Amino acid sequence: MVTTSIQEHGALSHGIAHHQETFFRKYIFSTDHKMVAKQFLFMAIGWAMIGGLFSVLFRVQLAWPDHTFPLLETLFSNWFQGGVLTTEAYYGLITMHGTIMVFFVLTAGLSGTYANMLIPLQIGARDMASPVLNAMSYWMVMLSSLVMFASIFLPSGMASAGWTVYPPLSALPQTSPGSGLGMSFWLCSMALFIASQLMAGINYISTVLNLRTKGMTLTRMPLTVWALFFTAIVGLLSFPVLFSAVVLLIFDRGLHTSFYLSDIYTGGQALTYHGGSPILFQHLFWFLGHPEVYIAILPAMGIVSDVLSTNSRKPVFGYKMMIYSLLGITCMSFLVWAHHMFVTGMNPFLGSVFMLFTILIAIPSSIKVFNWLTTIWRGNIRLTPANIFAIGFVSLFISGGLTGIWLGSSTVDIQLHDTYFVIAHFHIVMGVAAFFGMFAGIYHWFPKMYGRFMNETLGYIHFFITFIGAYLIFWPMHYLGMSGVPRRYYNFNEFQAFGQYKDINILISVAAIVTFFAQFIFVINFFYSIKRGRKCTDLNPWKSNTLEWTTPTLVPEHGNWPGELPVVHRWPYDYSRYEDGPDFIPQTVPMTEEEIQIEKNMHH
Amino acid sequence: MVTQILLLALALILVYVVIMQVGKAVELVSLMKTEEERYEESSKTVAFWFTLTGIFLAAFIAYTTYTSWHKFLPPPASAHGVWISHLITYILVLTGIIFVVTNFLLFYFTWKYRYRKDRKAYYYPYNNKIEVIWTVVPTLVFITIIGFSLDTWLKIFSEAPTEAIRIEATAKQFSWYIRYGGADNELGPRDFTLTSSDNELGVKWKDKRSKDDFLATEDIVLPVNKPVLVHIGALDVIHNFYLPEFRLMMDAVPGVPTKFWFRPTITTEEMRKIKNDPNFDYELACNQLCGQGHWNMRRVVKIVSEKEYKQWLSQQKPYVESNVASLNNSSSDNKLTAELQ
Repeated sequence: MVTTSIQEHGALSHGIAHHQETFFRKYIFSTDHKMVAKQFLFMAIGWAMIGGLFSVLFRVQLAWPDHTFPLLETLFSNWFQGGVLTTEAYYGLITMHGTIMVFFVLTAGLSGTYANMLIPLQIGARDMASPVLNAMSYWMVMLSSLVMFASIFLPSGMASAGWTVYPPLSALPQTSPGSGLGMSFWLCSMALFIASQLMAGINYISTVLNLRTKGMTLTRMPLTVWALFFTAIVGLLSFPVLFSAVVLLIFDRGLHTSFYLSDIYTGGQALTYHGGSPILFQHLFWFLGHPEVYIAILPAMGIVSDVLSTNSRKPVFGYKMMIYSLLGITCMSFLVWAHHMFVTGMNPFLGSVFMLFTILIAIPSSIKVFNWLTTIWRGNIRLTPANIFAIGFVSLFISGGLTGIWLGSSTVDIQLHDTYFVIAHFHIVMGVAAFFGMFAGIYHWFPKMYGRFMNETLGYIHFFITFIGAYLIFWPMHYLGMSGVPRRYYNFNEFQAFGQYKDINILISVAAIVTFFAQFIFVINFFYSIKRGRKCTDLNPWKSNTLEWTTPTLVPEHGNWPGELPVVHRWPYDYSRYEDGPDFIPQTVPMTEEEIQIEKNMHH
Repeated sequence: MVTQILLLALALILVYVVIMQVGKAVELVSLMKTEEERYEESSKTVAFWFTLTGIFLAAFIAYTTYTSWHKFLPPPASAHGVWISHLITYILVLTGIIFVVTNFLLFYFTWKYRYRKDRKAYYYPYNNKIEVIWTVVPTLVFITIIGFSLDTWLKIFSEAPTEAIRIEATAKQFSWYIRYGGADNELGPRDFTLTSSDNELGVKWKDKRSKDDFLATEDIVLPVNKPVLVHIGALDVIHNFYLPEFRLMMDAVPGVPTKFWFRPTITTEEMRKIKNDPNFDYELACNQLCGQGHWNMRRVVKIVSEKEYKQWLSQQKPYVESNVASLNNSSSDNKLTAELQ
């Protein structure tokens, strides 16, 4: 059995003669950064489909609270009792949707896939600084995934305190059925997840700092690598704080400590917790939680910068400014967390400080938008599936980023906090936009992963449905939020003010269902193309300058460059530099005397 | 049911198969052309559809904004709510302009500079002057927003006027205790150690400030144009005291008391006329996930004239008088009565 698998898989996916590797060594316990990247990607696709399915299920409830769905009862009998989604299942599903998408897809999936795939290949390294640690980070996240996945099927119910798991709701099982075993699984899974992130992050950072090939100075690195580098730093500094939050919550739950609990009366009983503060948890949680959104969006920013530049046949405009703005976002991401807590009763002065930094962080973001626009201005834009996703990313990033300025104002937040306006904002700017960055990356680097192209037409269909779908789902949520409709409501009918927007909720849900099913077009295209996609015969199919396209085989072997490592002579963005000749100059092409002179002058 | 599901799945699969076949066919046809021709052709098609998408989305956004604007920002019914509305208008105009201009440029450039095989892109790696301009200008714009927000923020969280009516909102799963200060306008102190099923709030009923306190059993009635200071808290988990029309939102945290003061400016009756809805009522909602009944913590808030408020007050019996006194007779070993004696 095992032997046949080796032959099949070996022959199909690579077509290259391999040294003797067992199936397990090659596909399961691989230390090759490219295989680890694929493992992360497969896991992310699986989780994304589950997370997306959950959102469709609770959107059904929000649009048609008065209908019964026998069909859904047949499929999900535990959740749809009598054809109606139960409150327990509703709150469980929204909690899992958030947890899955934020952590397993947009953190582990996005960074895990691209940092592993691209850092060594784009800086000219044979592998990660520590390949074993790298494989372990994947196996740790897989373990964490399994625990989280198992929790969905617990008879007592999955965690249902929202993905932010604020205590006391998450700490006291008597306040919510999901806060029993479901929450214990959630916390255990999160602890494992953080361990995985730390192993991964430290590896990405040391690889970028230590393993760059000759000539690859920091300011010759592609923006993707810069973005992944900063992402790893953000994660390494902020995830341990979430770990402490999780551990203290475990103590409060299991050891009866009072870190987050004080003076609680529930179920007819006064509890003995004394002196803690639920607000402390929120500070610890958001100290990661806010940087977390940058962990999701920074890699997408990097990927989009490179995809736009390559396909516009133009350098990224303001390369240095792009690095500074990434750096600015990285530093400031640690100074804005309490904008999630403007209405917790915090000191108004503290609120004003966090408002200041929150609105100022829009400066580097707006610089990036202007630079992307200038990058495509007067370009020669090939609208490949990757590039149209990159352009879609910019549109979504603008639309979602601007509402961040609304919410960053603590004053406006008094009205909009925890309403659907917030849902619209963060889904557009760090949900869908980050997904678009991920899609752009997959379509762009698919030939590098599998030696084949994904089908372009399917890519375009996938793009247009998803792009229009995203706007139809999330744009009307701004209106709901401005009229005061709160998030995390199981049913709006109890309130005059919130129950009057049935038509909007139906529009949103229909758009969500269509968009969800359109994602299968991508999934089918992805798996079909791995085996049957159009073969890529060109070593550099996009005529790109970066190093990953200089490997002697399109799909690199373990070690990437079997002989000498490539030597870098220039920055990665020399597209259309000269009137005549090819419109790209790879990083491995030595500079002419004239070019050396120009570069010298730039530095003076 | 199972056959239905199978049929549905089959239909879906069929759709995917058709889409895939189309994709394959287009790919095969395109292979007859050179790479440049392929890029030129596909870029033109995609740019066309992308422009159409842009026009559709612009029309959708413009139409929904235009037709439903009045509905989506309900008139603020408090003094500070008006300030927030002004601020929102300011930010809306600024971000609206940036939104339209940048998105327009994105769609326009995509159409205008789409790939053509005989063109070459313009090598334009950087321009320090432009980059400084679009760092400084947004910074200045953002600073005005910060200034405007800060000014309003500090006004909203200024000390409540001393004459403010004091009420206390305490949330539990899944209802509210609304306690009024009574004749002396002072809320009786609480002590967690006194908490019991008879006295969930743990009020020190012995204290003389507690004697005239009363709980609003149905609607929360408040007079128009008088400042109201709400002391907010929770018994079990975090809730949120949310009055959307008054632009008032504040977490109710167990063990960590919070407060918010506001001045209602429109009575319920007046708002019914403004909204042209005779059944309209102000509503109190919870806006922090507090468990399975989070969505169902409604209380009606009635804003009335000073005269009606006085009248309503006169009908309210102090809690001690109506509840605690009777308890005193029924059970002698009760914590509450022990506290009273």
